[in-house]
Amino acid sequence: MSLDKDTVKNIAYLARIRVDDEKLEPLAGELSSILDWIEQLQELDTDGVPPMASVAAMKLPQRKDVVTDGNCRDAVLKNAPDPEDGFYTVPKVVE
Amino acid sequence: MTYVIKGETGDWEVVIGLEVHCQVISKAKLFSGAATDFGAEPNTQVSLVDAAMPGMLPVINEECVRQAIKTGLGLKAQINTTSVFARKNYFYADLPQGYQISQFDQPIVGEGSIILDLEGGASREVGIERLHLEQDAGKSLHDQDPKRTFIDLNRTGVALMEIVSKPDMRSPEEAGAYLRKLRSIVRYLETCDGNMDQGSMRCDVNVSVRPAGSTELRTRAETKNVNSVRFVMQAIEHEAERQVGIYENGGEVVQETRLFDAQKGVTRSMRSKEHAHDYRYFPDPDLLPLTFPQSLVDEIQSSMPELPDERKARYVGDFGLSPYDAGVLVQEKDTASYFEAVANGRDAKLAANWVINNLFGVLAGRGVDITNSPVSAEHLGELIDLISDDTISGKIAKDVFDIMLETGDAPGKIVEDKGLKQITDTGAIEAAVDAAIAAGAAQVEQYRGGNEKILGWFVGQVMKATQGKANPGQVNKLLKDKLDT
Repeated sequence: MSLDKDTVKNIAYLARIRVDDEKLEPLAGELSSILDWIEQLQELDTDGVPPMASVAAMKLPQRKDVVTDGNCRDAVLKNAPDPEDGFYTVPKVVE
Repeated sequence: MTYVIKGETGDWEVVIGLEVHCQVISKAKLFSGAATDFGAEPNTQVSLVDAAMPGMLPVINEECVRQAIKTGLGLKAQINTTSVFARKNYFYADLPQGYQISQFDQPIVGEGSIILDLEGGASREVGIERLHLEQDAGKSLHDQDPKRTFIDLNRTGVALMEIVSKPDMRSPEEAGAYLRKLRSIVRYLETCDGNMDQGSMRCDVNVSVRPAGSTELRTRAETKNVNSVRFVMQAIEHEAERQVGIYENGGEVVQETRLFDAQKGVTRSMRSKEHAHDYRYFPDPDLLPLTFPQSLVDEIQSSMPELPDERKARYVGDFGLSPYDAGVLVQEKDTASYFEAVANGRDAKLAANWVINNLFGVLAGRGVDITNSPVSAEHLGELIDLISDDTISGKIAKDVFDIMLETGDAPGKIVEDKGLKQITDTGAIEAAVDAAIAAGAAQVEQYRGGNEKILGWFVGQVMKATQGKANPGQVNKLLKDKLDT
């Protein structure tokens, strides 16, 4: 599978990673070769094989409906750049 | 009743599907142990999992799973004992993870159905496509600062059930009926409180139009987050008109997300985005598939409460109520309980009439719900007893009811204190009838000349003489007997 420059640009945008224009072309080449390598898996016949969710034979653990967490606003906001009145604040986002 | 948009090129019909987000009633969040209470101080109900700190892992709340199964059963839907959580990736300030944990191709609940109660007692079935569990996002406040948006993550991670209908609805009324019925079901089940004004139930409306009679499905537009039944109906009306206008002017409807402007009653396009949504769903590697035994489903099924449809059928079958009246009474569980307390051991039709025709108006006028009714079910029942055993007439009962509203007194006491007891003593009524006939020689002539309507004048005279307390049936009978001879 071969990726073009525009696709790489879009992937970078979706991942919120800034990539300079001159790096797009080489990156397209690298990503394409990774995908080509992975693509070898397509040669396997997986008809009727259920997807494997885990290597360990375990079930999804569940919790009881009990409040055990929260009430730690200071910790939650500690890394926030500009908190105010207990809120996070971010540059205005209005649709 | 068909809903048709009259266009210049002919008639158009509207095709509607709804996606309703219902906040699950649970103490803790879907994947964390933080509390879910509405209205807490900002960011106090946030765990490090909800804030998406690195290394935090989600653990599912079993109660949310039970609530989703219960709701699925209430929608007569298929329950999937294996389902898969997937990441829906998008970037937004109220979503710290950068993705919402949702379900994609393997939801917990599959196809089901819901019965709409329509005008005039008619009903119609609408298909449910699916119900899946997912996380709610945080809340953004845009009006605190000119340059910044304030973010509160208390709602982040609260469990939502997204319930998707099939595109089976054909009018704003049907969409309204669907929402009311869905709200009624989740309230009966106590899986969601259904408060649209607090945002615990929110609706996305999918609308397309097509020439009347055609079966094609044209491109739809989705209007997000419409938060009342009335607004949903308005949004559909506007959206249908808009799309018909586009087609008739030779254009094409584009698939897009729109917003409803409640002030103007119109939908408008969201600021056009450079990049279309690309959610890149994939199975969440932090969560194994959700599996549970069929026995859990059976156990929940066996403890299901009576639902509105079943209760409605019981009211029609056992009480002889009209489907319309029964539908009105069962919509809210509290109303149904109140009605049953009034009707218990009494004339159920009379009880229904009093609740619907008298009490509802008072509640609406005072803006209170039935749990805060100024007249208790016990007192209203007593009033009905007084009517049924002929202690008071239906007309006097209305006066007594008004006094009950003011004073909160028991109807028996009011009737006693004010001397409102109905006169059923034939002698006393006969005297008043005789007096009326004696006073109305001219009217007697008219009556005997064939003007039967004049009888009302005599009834009026008798009622006046007895302060409205004469038994109307007896008055009528005596008058006719005397005038016809």
